[in-house]
Amino acid sequence: MQAHQRTLDPMSNGQHSGDSPLLRTIGLTKRYGGFLANDSIDVDIWPREIHALLGENGAGKSTLVKAIYGLIQPSAGEIRWQGQRIVLSGPSEARSLGIGMVFQHFSLFDNLTVAENVALGLDGKESFKDMSARLEQVSKTYGLPLDPHREVWQLSVGERQRIEIVRALMQDPKFLILDEPTAVLTPQEADQLFIVLERLKAEGRAILYISHKLEEVKRLCDTATILRGGRKVETCNPRLETAASLARMMVGGEIKEVKAASRRKTTVPRLVVDDLSLAPAEAHGVRLEHISFELKGGEIFGIAGVAGNGQDELFAALSGERLSKDPGTVLIEGIAAGHLSITQRRKLGAAFVPEERLGHGTAPRMKLSENALLTGHAASGMVHHGFIHTAATLKAVDRATEAFDVRKAKRDPEAASLSGGNLQKFIVGREILRAPAVLVVSQPTWGVDAGAAAVIRQALLDLATAGAAVLVTSQDLDELAEIADRIAVMFHGRLSAPLATSGATREKLGLLMGGSSLEPKEAAHAVGA
Amino acid sequence: MQLALEKRAERSGTIALVSPLIAVGLTTATMIILFTILGKNPLLALHAYFIAPLTDGYSLQEIAVKATPLVMIAIGLSLCYLANAWNIGAEGQFLIGAVAGSWIAVKTQGTDAGAWVLPAMLVLAAVAGALYALIPAICKVKFGASEILTSLMLVYVADLFLDYLVRGPWRDPQGFNFPTTAEFDPVATVPLLIEGGRLHLGSVIALLVVAAAAILLGRTIRGFGIRVVGAAPRAARFGGFKANQLIILTFAVSGALAGLAGIIEVAGPVGHLQPGISPGYGFTAIMVAFLGRLNPLGILVAGLFLALTFIGGEQAQIAMKIPLDVTKVFQGILLFYVLACDSLILYRFKLVFPSRQVARGDG
Amino acid sequence: MVEAIILAVLAASTPLLIAATGELVTERSGVLNLGVEGMMIVGAVCGFAGAWLTGSIFIGALFGIVAGTLMSLIFALMALGLAVNQVATGLALTILGIGLSGLIGAGFVGERITPAMHLHIPVLTDVPLIGRMLFGEDGFVYFSVALIVGVWWFLYRTRAGLILRACGDNHVSAHALGYPVLRIRTFAVMFGGACAGLAGAYLPLAYTPFFIPGMTAGRGWIALALVVFSSWRPGRLVVGAYLFGAVTILQLHAQGWGVGIPSQFMSALPYLATVIVLVLLSRARSGGSTAPAALGTVFVPDR
Repeated sequence: MQAHQRTLDPMSNGQHSGDSPLLRTIGLTKRYGGFLANDSIDVDIWPREIHALLGENGAGKSTLVKAIYGLIQPSAGEIRWQGQRIVLSGPSEARSLGIGMVFQHFSLFDNLTVAENVALGLDGKESFKDMSARLEQVSKTYGLPLDPHREVWQLSVGERQRIEIVRALMQDPKFLILDEPTAVLTPQEADQLFIVLERLKAEGRAILYISHKLEEVKRLCDTATILRGGRKVETCNPRLETAASLARMMVGGEIKEVKAASRRKTTVPRLVVDDLSLAPAEAHGVRLEHISFELKGGEIFGIAGVAGNGQDELFAALSGERLSKDPGTVLIEGIAAGHLSITQRRKLGAAFVPEERLGHGTAPRMKLSENALLTGHAASGMVHHGFIHTAATLKAVDRATEAFDVRKAKRDPEAASLSGGNLQKFIVGREILRAPAVLVVSQPTWGVDAGAAAVIRQALLDLATAGAAVLVTSQDLDELAEIADRIAVMFHGRLSAPLATSGATREKLGLLMGGSSLEPKEAAHAVGA
Repeated sequence: MQLALEKRAERSGTIALVSPLIAVGLTTATMIILFTILGKNPLLALHAYFIAPLTDGYSLQEIAVKATPLVMIAIGLSLCYLANAWNIGAEGQFLIGAVAGSWIAVKTQGTDAGAWVLPAMLVLAAVAGALYALIPAICKVKFGASEILTSLMLVYVADLFLDYLVRGPWRDPQGFNFPTTAEFDPVATVPLLIEGGRLHLGSVIALLVVAAAAILLGRTIRGFGIRVVGAAPRAARFGGFKANQLIILTFAVSGALAGLAGIIEVAGPVGHLQPGISPGYGFTAIMVAFLGRLNPLGILVAGLFLALTFIGGEQAQIAMKIPLDVTKVFQGILLFYVLACDSLILYRFKLVFPSRQVARGDG
Repeated sequence: MVEAIILAVLAASTPLLIAATGELVTERSGVLNLGVEGMMIVGAVCGFAGAWLTGSIFIGALFGIVAGTLMSLIFALMALGLAVNQVATGLALTILGIGLSGLIGAGFVGERITPAMHLHIPVLTDVPLIGRMLFGEDGFVYFSVALIVGVWWFLYRTRAGLILRACGDNHVSAHALGYPVLRIRTFAVMFGGACAGLAGAYLPLAYTPFFIPGMTAGRGWIALALVVFSSWRPGRLVVGAYLFGAVTILQLHAQGWGVGIPSQFMSALPYLATVIVLVLLSRARSGGSTAPAALGTVFVPDR
C-alpha cells in the first residue's frame, strides 16, 4: 500500500529506490491513561523530502513528533533511524543522531541572550566562543540574521523563530521537524522561510512539516501524512490533492460552510475608540499608540497582526482590565467608558472573549457554573444581595451547552476537563447568550477543531446580523477574510487604517503586518528587503 | 524506577474524602516508629495522645479552649491563602490584638467602669489586629513587597512591643517584678459558659466565625471573588474581581480575627497580659488552615484535632515523660502527609521505569 | 573598639550570607523554599550535637550540612516530586524543623563546647585594625566568602550554571530541550539545604558556644529577604548580608551605650529594617520584577 503510493510520487520517485527511509515509525502508540494519543502510527520519512504532517488539533501530531524527538516515551511500537531500531532517552540523544526540532511554542528563555539560548540547545562540546563564531557563520549562510547579545524578550516573534531554526541547523541535522512554523509569521516572512526549507531539502535533509494551512502544504511538501483522532488516515502526495480533499481527510467528513446573511444593515456606532494611547503594564509589554476606529452595529471588524504587536494590550484596554485616564478614549454605546471597570462595561452591553481559554477566559479548576458566574455576575440575575443564585448559574451552563453543542462528561465539570474546542464553544456561548451590543473577541478559533471553528464563526456572523458590533483579533488571515467586513493591522502598538475585506489581499496585509505602510515606494522597498 | 505524576482531567472527589484518612494513618504509623525510637510503648503513647483526653470532661473543655484561638485565626488565614495572599504573621496580629484590648483593661482597672469594657476590648482588639495586618497588605499592594516576609518580620516586632509594655509601663506594681499586668477585673474578663469550668464565650464566637466563613465562601459573590482571585488571578481580573482589594480585605479580616483571638485568650483563660501568652497559636493556625484544606468546616475539625494533640501531648508528658516537642513534630509530619495525599486529588501517581526496559518489555 | 565592632559584624553576617547564598541558588533554579528557618534550626542542633559528641567543630559543621540537606530533601520530595504548593511546603518544613530541633536539642540545652578556632598568623593577624579582620577569623567566615564567589562563578561562568538559570527562567523550554528540570531543581534545593544547615550550625559552633531552642531567631527569614534584596545577584547579596549584620551589631552596641531607648525597640530594629528595605526595593523596582520568571511555579512534565 505504501510502496504503491510512493511510486505515485513524481518528486521523490527514483531518489528512494534501493534506499531505506531515513526514519520510520512502526505501530507507534502513545497512551495517556485510557486515552490513545497515537494509535499504531506508521510513517516513513525519506531523505531530501519535505513531509507534511496534517491533522486537526488533538489529532496526535504533537505527540508523534515529541516521541520522535525523544521528549516522551512511546507506549508501544518502534522508531527506526536509518534502518536501526532506536530507543531515545531524551532530546539530546535525538539531536546527536541528527534529529532537530523547531517548536511551535518556542523553547526559548526570555531573560537569556540569543547566544545563551543557542548554547542551551547544543550539547556543549565546544567553547562558548567557538559556538558564537559558528552561530554567526550559520546565520549568515542561511540568511537568518541574529544579534547574539540581545536578550530574547526584546525580539519579535519572527526573530525568535529564527533563533530556533539557527539553533537546530547548528547541529547539522539530517532530519528537521518544524511544528506550525508559519502560524506566527507574516506571509512575506513565511515565503522567506520556504526558501530556507527548499535549500535544506536540496542539501539532502529531510523535513517533517506540521501545519494545517493546506495551500502552504500543497505548495511546499512532497508527501503528506494525515492524522485523525490519533490514527493515521492516509499518506499521499499533496500536490495531487485539492485543499478540500485534504481537509476532508483531516476532518473525516464535509466541513460546514459558514454563511453570512446576505443583507446586514449597519447602524449606529456601538464601539468607538478615539486616540487611545496606553503605556504597557508589564515589563515586556507593548505601548499602544494613538489607536482610533469606529465600529457600527451589524459590522464585523477584523484586526490582523503578528502576535505580540499590542493585541493583548488593546484587548485589555477595551475590556477594562486596564483603565485609561481619559474616559473618552473608549465609547461603548455612545457612553465614555475608558475609565470604567470591566464589570461596568459589561453592564453597558459589552462582552469579551480573550485569547487564552484556560486561566483567562475561565478559571481552569473551577466548574463551568462558576465560570458562568465569572462574567455573568454583573448583569444576569445570578446574584441577589451578594448571594449567589446557584440554579441560575447552572441554567446558564445548560443554555450554552444546548445552543453551542458543548460536549462534556457531566452537567457541570471543571473547565480544564473540556477539550479546547468545546471549552471555546462554552466561552463564546456564555458571552453571546447575554445578547451583547458589542463583542470583542481575540483569536476566536485558535487551536480549535474545524467543526467547532465553523460553529463559532457562524455564531459571530449571526450576532452581527442581529445588530451587534463585533471586533475580532486574529492571526489567521483566512479567518478574517471569511467573516470580517473590514480589516486593520496592528504593528508595534499602532493600528493601520482599515481596508475593506474585498480589497485586503494577503500581500497588502502581509506588508502591513511587517511594519510597512502601503505607500507604493515603501512597499516596493519592503519587498526588495 | 522513578515516581511520576499524571494530571487528572478533573479533581477526584473520592480521594478528596479519603486523603485525610490516609494522611492520619500514615502519621500514626510514623509516630509509632518515633515512639519506639524514643523507647516508649507506642500503644500507650497513642492512647495518651488521642484517647485519654477524650475521656474526661475537663480535658474535653480544655480541648475546646485550646481550639478556639486556633480555629479563629485559621479561618482568617484560610481566606488569605484562598486569595493567594500569604499572611504568615498571624502570631503578631494576635499579640497586637491582645495588647490593644488589654489597654482598656489596664486603664479601667480598679475603676467602676461597667459592662461596656469587655465589648470595647473585643472591638479594639479586632481593629488593632486588622490595622497591624494591613501593614504587610498595603506594602504588598502599593509597593509589591513580599507579604510573606513583611508579615513575618512584624511578628518579632509585636513580640518585643508586648515585652516592653509588660516590663515597663503596664507592669503590675504588686507583681513581685514579674513581667505581667495585674489580673483583669471581672468586667474585663470573658465569661465562662459553665460555672467553675474552663469553657468560655470565645468558643461560641469561634463557632459563629466558622459559620460566617462557610456562608461567605460557599454562598456569596464576595467569597467567590476570594476563591477565583487565588485560583486563577487573570481570570479573576477578567471577571471584574480586583485582586488588590481582596488582598486588603482578607488581610484585614484575618488580622481582625487573630486580634480577637488574642484578646479572648488574654481576657479568658490567661486573665492578664504577659509574654508567652501564645504558645505559637499564630503559626499552629497556619497548619490548621492547611489541614482543614482552607475549608471552614475542615478547619473546625483540624483545629479540634490539633488541640487534642496539644492536650494529649501534655498528658503524655506527665504520664510517660514524652517530650512536649514530640507534639510539634507530630503536627509537622501530619501536615506533610496531608499535603502529600492532597496531591493525589489533582494527580495520579505512577511509577516510571527507565525507557529501555519498557521497550524491551513491549518488544 | 572599631575593630571589635567589625569583627562582630562579620560574625553576625556570616550565617546570613551562607544561608542566603544557598537560597539564591535554589531560587535561581525556579524553586521558592520558604523552609530556610526550619533547615537552619535543625542544622544548628545537629551541628551542636556533632561537635559535642566528637569534640570536632569540623564534624559538627558536617552534621549541620547533612541535616540541612536531609530537610531539603523532604521539601524536594513534596514540592518537586508531588507538585505540592511550594509556599505551603516551605512553611510546613519550618514548623517541622522547629519541632525536630526542640526534640533533638532537649538533651543539649545547658551543654557547652569549645567554639571554632580563629585563624592566627603571627605578624599578619597582629596588624592593627585590619589584621584580625583579614587574618583572624574563624573558618566559616572564609568559607562563606569562598562560597559566594564560587556560586557567582558557577552561575555565570559554567554551562551547568547556565542550565540552572534556564530552568529558573522557563521550565517548559528547559524540559523541551531535554534538560531534567526536576533533577536539576532537586540538586539546587539540596544545595540550599546544605547551606542553610551549615549556616545554622555556625550559630552554636562559632557564634555562641551552646545551643538554645529557637536560637536562629528569624535569621532564616532574613536570609530569604536578603535574596530578594540582592535581586538574585551574588554581588549584591554580599553587600546586603554585611549591611544587615551591621544593623544587628549596631543596635546591640547602642543598647550597651545606654541610649535612652528601651532595649526592645532597639532589638526590633533589624526586623523593621527588613520591612523598610523590602518596601523601598520593591518600590524602586516597580517597573518589572528581577525574580527568576518561573520562581515558585509548579512543573509536572508529561511523559
